[in-house]
Amino acid sequence: MTFSPDLAALRFGCGLSPALAPPATPEALLAGLDGPDAMSARFPIEDFTAFSEQIAAARAVRETAKNRKDKIENQRVLRRSLTAARNRWHLQRLLRWTWSETPLRERLTAFWADHFTVMGKSSIMLSGALPYEQSAIRPHVAGRFADLLIAVTTHPMMLHYLDQSASVGPGSRLARGRADGRGLNENLAREVLELHTLGVDGPYTQDDVRQLAELFTGLTYTAAKGFAFQPRRAEPGAETVLGKSYGGDPARLEPVLDTLRDLAVHPATARHIARKLAVHFVSDAPDPALVDHVTARYLETGGDLMAVYGALIEHPAAWAAGPANIKPPLDYVASACRALAVPPERLAALEPRRARRLLIDPLAKMGQPLFRPRGPDGWAEEDAAWITPQAVSARLLWALSAPSALRPDLPEPRSFVDTTLGAFATEPVRFAAASAESRADAVGLVLSAPAFQRR
Amino acid sequence: MSPTLNRRAFLSRSALVGCSLAASPLLTRVSFAAAPWEGRLVVIILRGGMDGLDVVQPHGAPEFAALRQGLSAGPAGGAVDLDGFFALHPALSPLMPLWRAGDLGFVHAVSTPYRDKRSHFDGQDLLEAGTSSLEGVRDGWLNRMLTLLPGVEARTAFAIGQGEMKLLAGPAPVADWSPDADLAISSQALRLADLVMQEDPALHAALAEATMLSADGDAATGKARPHVRIADFAAEQLRGETRVASFSINGWDTHNRQDRALSRALERLGDTILALRDGVGPEIWQKTAIIAMTEFGRTVRVNGTGGTDHGTGGAMVLAGGAIRGGRVYGDWPGLAEADLYDRRDLMPTGDVRAPAAWIMRALTGLDRTALDGTVFPGLDMGRDPGLLL
Repeated sequence: MTFSPDLAALRFGCGLSPALAPPATPEALLAGLDGPDAMSARFPIEDFTAFSEQIAAARAVRETAKNRKDKIENQRVLRRSLTAARNRWHLQRLLRWTWSETPLRERLTAFWADHFTVMGKSSIMLSGALPYEQSAIRPHVAGRFADLLIAVTTHPMMLHYLDQSASVGPGSRLARGRADGRGLNENLAREVLELHTLGVDGPYTQDDVRQLAELFTGLTYTAAKGFAFQPRRAEPGAETVLGKSYGGDPARLEPVLDTLRDLAVHPATARHIARKLAVHFVSDAPDPALVDHVTARYLETGGDLMAVYGALIEHPAAWAAGPANIKPPLDYVASACRALAVPPERLAALEPRRARRLLIDPLAKMGQPLFRPRGPDGWAEEDAAWITPQAVSARLLWALSAPSALRPDLPEPRSFVDTTLGAFATEPVRFAAASAESRADAVGLVLSAPAFQRR
Repeated sequence: MSPTLNRRAFLSRSALVGCSLAASPLLTRVSFAAAPWEGRLVVIILRGGMDGLDVVQPHGAPEFAALRQGLSAGPAGGAVDLDGFFALHPALSPLMPLWRAGDLGFVHAVSTPYRDKRSHFDGQDLLEAGTSSLEGVRDGWLNRMLTLLPGVEARTAFAIGQGEMKLLAGPAPVADWSPDADLAISSQALRLADLVMQEDPALHAALAEATMLSADGDAATGKARPHVRIADFAAEQLRGETRVASFSINGWDTHNRQDRALSRALERLGDTILALRDGVGPEIWQKTAIIAMTEFGRTVRVNGTGGTDHGTGGAMVLAGGAIRGGRVYGDWPGLAEADLYDRRDLMPTGDVRAPAAWIMRALTGLDRTALDGTVFPGLDMGRDPGLLL
């Protein structure tokens, strides 16, 4: 139950690397998180503003098209270029996992992007997930939870995914002027309470959901300008959420943000977030003392995330022996890239179709289709969801076949056992690496070891 | 051992894996589980929005020919007349023996409760959730059905193929497998993988199950197309303990050149149904009901690129020896301008969930309140259309 560099790299990092040393101390895990984001600079992913501008420009071209056929052709060109872009961004993300010296930032970005899951519901918006992550999640992972919550709740991707942009106050100016049956949509309000803040067992009622949904009316976005607060969509009057009154006439954005700030520091939110962090990083069934410890720090600091992570990492229960949680497929593949020290120029040189076959299609076979989360509650935390015959087979098939394409100069198997598994190498793995028929098989078997599949 | 060795034979001889099989919850259960009920249910999700009007063509409707120029030409263009009013798309003509035997039927002018936004993502999610709204829903209707039945084991229901089948998501146990996960690797690599995973019981059991589920050498390297491999695998399971199988067939989003695109998708559907029939054998076929359903229908009018756009009312396909086929069910709304939904789509006169509910009722004996209360909450099942024999 004590810190070890190898366990730190697995549990709180992107895995071991032959090129980058694991963190020497618990403090080293957190160091740099609030400093410059070197990986964003080295392996850029478009931010959401640039993404929106690209779509707006393509739409403008389409509007000038003379006939339906040209319009469809323009649309097809846009769709194709966005698909190519989102696949490239995925490779950039893999490279960040491979080469980061602050790997906890990559883990936290993935954690919070999953906590605040979005999915584009059109072929164009489907490409917005990583720009959303880059703009709304990544800059806030070492800040305050309230700022993160506000950034995502007012983000076009979230407003699109959870139908907030379709929600109109029944008594709003917009609804009164029209008879097209548009009205309130509670989807975002419900998920903010159930998933993003208080948790499903939290102290809220259906009436709180309804009131929050009325308060949220007015939150929308436009393709050209991004997020917008439109008072003409807003339900008139004040709303009461968890016993406190917010807003009034005229409708303004500020009361919405006040509500989110209050939700962010609610004790139920503190416990929900603390537990989720412990489940994600440590174990499906975390020690209650660990959850209590993190919850207390959250409440003391009003949701200062650096302090919260510090509480998680300093607690002995966070270092319970041996790799525990199974890595989800994306993390499995990304940490394999790190173990292989995949050279950036190698991924850049991959022909797009090859890249898809190597690094995108296999994720779906392992049960985690890229950019298509199963619902607003994100990917499963329970190990059992990932350990199915189909998924385990897909991992094994990938491990045996993909590395030689990602790194044709495959590492020497016996040293690969040590650089990849470190202190967790076992005799069966050493035996397998030494007796495999080929170097590719040996590398694949090391990547199939339980000590690599778990963290 | 040679790399092409039959995997099941290899494993049955391997003491190493023999141990892991005994530790496998999936396999040990199968060996003594009593089948909870006899009927077999196959649910195929047709992703992309199948154009029901082109599949089951109402050539007897006076407006039809004018609305469908270049498409859906009725019997004059090669479609097979079914009953004097409806005709079957020519690409499904290999299924005509099933129609004549009463093993193939259709329900027309049905839809989910989804309206107006016409998004594939929301439409499919709602079809699989089986609810009237997506808000707060975390499971699928076929899984909710399983939670109500006694004796459901890990292999009672199978989700097959890549991509999550959300209709099977939820608390009831469901097995999953995709024929493209077949462990086509050398026996030496498989033996070493088994050794490496041995220290982790959960991973080890999953690997042992994967090895059992992998096709024998011949089938794994065979030339069968992916959808036929899925159907073959489903049939193999349905011959045993499995009672529910679900998978997807893609390719129905026919905005352009529908004449070509729809034929290809229908050939896949037809091949799949025939492979299921041949695969389960005559005895099980008599107990089998296949439901093929889609997220929405398509526009009544042809668009400017020889296709159709996202619509509302559509058709569902029913097949199997248990089906009272040879007829087109549903309440036909008509195609006059005033009869259309939003003046553009086939008006849905029935809920796509109702026929599914009646079929589940007949196959499993679940009562009506379980179906309209839990499986499809709030559904009005209407009166029994008598879809099963």
